[in-house]
Amino acid sequence: MLEVLHSLLFSTLDAAPALVFAALGAMLSERAGVVSVGVEGMMRTGAFCAAVAALVMPTPLAVGVGMAAGAGIAAVHGFLSIRWRSDQVVSGMALNLVAMAGGTYLLESFFGPNGTPSITQLSRWNIPGLSQVPLLGALSGHAAPTYLALTLPFLFHLLLSRTPLGLRLRAVGDKPHAVATLGLSVPALRWGAVLGGGMMAGLGGAVLSTTVLDRFEQHTPSGLGFMALAAMVFGRWTPLGAFAAALFFAAGNALRIGLASSAPWLLDLVPQGFLLALPYLLTLLVLALQGQRGHAPAALGIPFEQESR
Amino acid sequence: MSLEDASLDIVPGELLAVVGENGAGKSSLMNVLYGLYHPDAGTFLMDGKPVRFKSPRDAIAKGIGMVHQHFMLVPTLTVAENVVLGREPTKRGLLDLDRACDEVAATAKRFGFQLDPRARVDTLTVGSQQKVEIVKALHRGAQVLILDEPTAVLTPQESDELSQVMRGLVAQGRTVVLISHKLKEVLGVADRVAVMRRGRTVAEVRASETTVSALAALMVGEGSRGAAMTGVPATAVTATHLTGTGTTGAAAALPPAPVEPAAASTGPVVLEAKDLRATGDNGRPALQGVSLTVRAGEIVGIAGVDGNGQRELAEVLTGLRKLDGGEGTLLGGPLVGLTPALAKARGVGHVPEDRLARAVVKAMTVEENVALGRHRQPPFARGPWVDFKGRRERTEQLLTGYDVRPNDPTVALQALSGGNQQKVVVARELDARPELLVVVQPTRGLDIGAVAQVHERLRDAKARGAGVVMVSLDLEEVLALSDRVYVLYEGRVTGHFPRKDLDERELGRRMLGAEASHG
Repeated sequence: MLEVLHSLLFSTLDAAPALVFAALGAMLSERAGVVSVGVEGMMRTGAFCAAVAALVMPTPLAVGVGMAAGAGIAAVHGFLSIRWRSDQVVSGMALNLVAMAGGTYLLESFFGPNGTPSITQLSRWNIPGLSQVPLLGALSGHAAPTYLALTLPFLFHLLLSRTPLGLRLRAVGDKPHAVATLGLSVPALRWGAVLGGGMMAGLGGAVLSTTVLDRFEQHTPSGLGFMALAAMVFGRWTPLGAFAAALFFAAGNALRIGLASSAPWLLDLVPQGFLLALPYLLTLLVLALQGQRGHAPAALGIPFEQESR
Repeated sequence: MSLEDASLDIVPGELLAVVGENGAGKSSLMNVLYGLYHPDAGTFLMDGKPVRFKSPRDAIAKGIGMVHQHFMLVPTLTVAENVVLGREPTKRGLLDLDRACDEVAATAKRFGFQLDPRARVDTLTVGSQQKVEIVKALHRGAQVLILDEPTAVLTPQESDELSQVMRGLVAQGRTVVLISHKLKEVLGVADRVAVMRRGRTVAEVRASETTVSALAALMVGEGSRGAAMTGVPATAVTATHLTGTGTTGAAAALPPAPVEPAAASTGPVVLEAKDLRATGDNGRPALQGVSLTVRAGEIVGIAGVDGNGQRELAEVLTGLRKLDGGEGTLLGGPLVGLTPALAKARGVGHVPEDRLARAVVKAMTVEENVALGRHRQPPFARGPWVDFKGRRERTEQLLTGYDVRPNDPTVALQALSGGNQQKVVVARELDARPELLVVVQPTRGLDIGAVAQVHERLRDAKARGAGVVMVSLDLEEVLALSDRVYVLYEGRVTGHFPRKDLDERELGRRMLGAEASHG
């Protein structure tokens, strides 16, 4: 029993970072008032660029390339939604489609349909002594992103609730006109949040192809971006809430894999497809239970125009 | 935009009022002064030197502060957070909220305000939120404070308090610019008055040397106004109507109300509601036991400070909001379970507050909008088909009868001015001959001529025997039209006055939640 829990916890911590980073990124952008449905596409871009970069450079550097790529494609979203005030949901979905199609096209034309060649994964760290402790031992043996994912949410919390920048970000998501009348720049704040969010989503994608997988696959990140959005909503647009929700979803994912391998007889009872869909069904269920969007930033999705009140 | 050759001199240490009708350009001019809007042409001198404000940051740096008509506060943040936003005190890189609270409390105290720096802004009354706005500007060292329509949402008591605050600031050597259309109030507090009309400054006078009626005449442009140009019939705003009614600010510019006998209506009861309870959009209780009666042939005013349940009450009466509790009879049927369709079928007319959101489809033509809601009945339909001819004729009749400009059923509704749009809505609702008419803020944002016409039509509906429930934040409107007034405060009725007992002061007290002080 303890062994099952241990392996469940271990695989949760292995799977969580991508979700945590993407959820934090989406939250950053949305707290500043810019809808972030494009996070799936940003993750895919980050995952692809990191996987390709890792072919020619050390993997940690390649992760940085993935982050930059995420920010790069987020800049397109920024131009559309901040500069040109277009519909942010449509712009985000367009981004997802471009990343989907573009990723597939580049993959097939350079590497073939089976994904990029395999790369060196980020190295895993064994924490001496800890690995022997029951359950807590599951904390040992992960790559750097896991440990980053366990600390970043608290830093984001500090940023949002305790720094001047955080105060301004919250203000610009709730009432941008108030921010503008104080002589602060609404576009600058929103640009920062969108680019930062893109970087986090790119990081999430890069982590996928450098730790969870060892390549970029045809379907990466297979809906994880949307799951990150759900985690953000479920976590009520707060860093710690999104963190907890992301862990919850990652646990659901680990449970699916765990169930399939530890109880093969289950596959006779439940179709494989159902097990595959489990995390996504969990996501739907959670969103349905949560109900209204009562905790969303008040100005979320509304383009800012100076001469309207 | 709405400025055309506007000029203004602001003298240090005085209280300058800028008056004008809605759309005259008052707010635009102030937003230019504050660096929010950028003028196409013109110059701007400060202490004799030309300045250019690229953003409010520049204006703030030069000591200009502004309190906007729609408050620029972040509702989810605390008072202190709102005040220090953009110039936050820090300790080792982190926000120093304790210091922020101390600073804000000190500023508030220095100017005589009672404010809890740790209170969340959305828990404050409108009057307190305004103080937060003022403190916000003063905290940034504002020497010139611009207040845009500051009393539009205040009770008479709160307005008095604000007047004292403004005079206090001037006494301390600061300069106050007050934008208003309430002339009586302006004359009571200002040193000098600038009048704006259609984007121009047309006059500057000393407050002590003018009168309400003289200012009103300047505002509407005595005789010079081309009726066709503005869509306002000349008769509603001639000088003869304006003089001699100088009693109540903006209402002074209205045609005098016909003096009516104070006798209460004895018509049949059209609405009897007991203990109504409903939840607001924010999930909090909005109505907490409201009882009221409306009879045929009377106008019942619902007064109150914005956000005390008036809107939800109107929605309950039109079937747009579900009741949580209470009971009642509306036009012979139960109030519980009312839907918009049922309300309409029983004869409820509705002029909602936000016409573009709820009353009309702005991209459709005027005649299509007139047919909306009755599009299945003659003369708008014949069998399953649209009756184009019948619809056109009826619309033409209504447009002529209500003096809507342009008198053209085929233009898109959005091509009409706000006042004319509102006239279309009122025409449509009254044309259905409602037995109960629910109107919310019927004249918000309309110019004087349109206000007078809408008021006239409401009186017509009453004379015809309809019961009218009128929700208005404009106390003068409530006083001018109502036969009886209910005052709502935090979802409860805190006052009920027949016309003969109407007293502005007492009404204001009740709007602030005071219970009856005497039996």
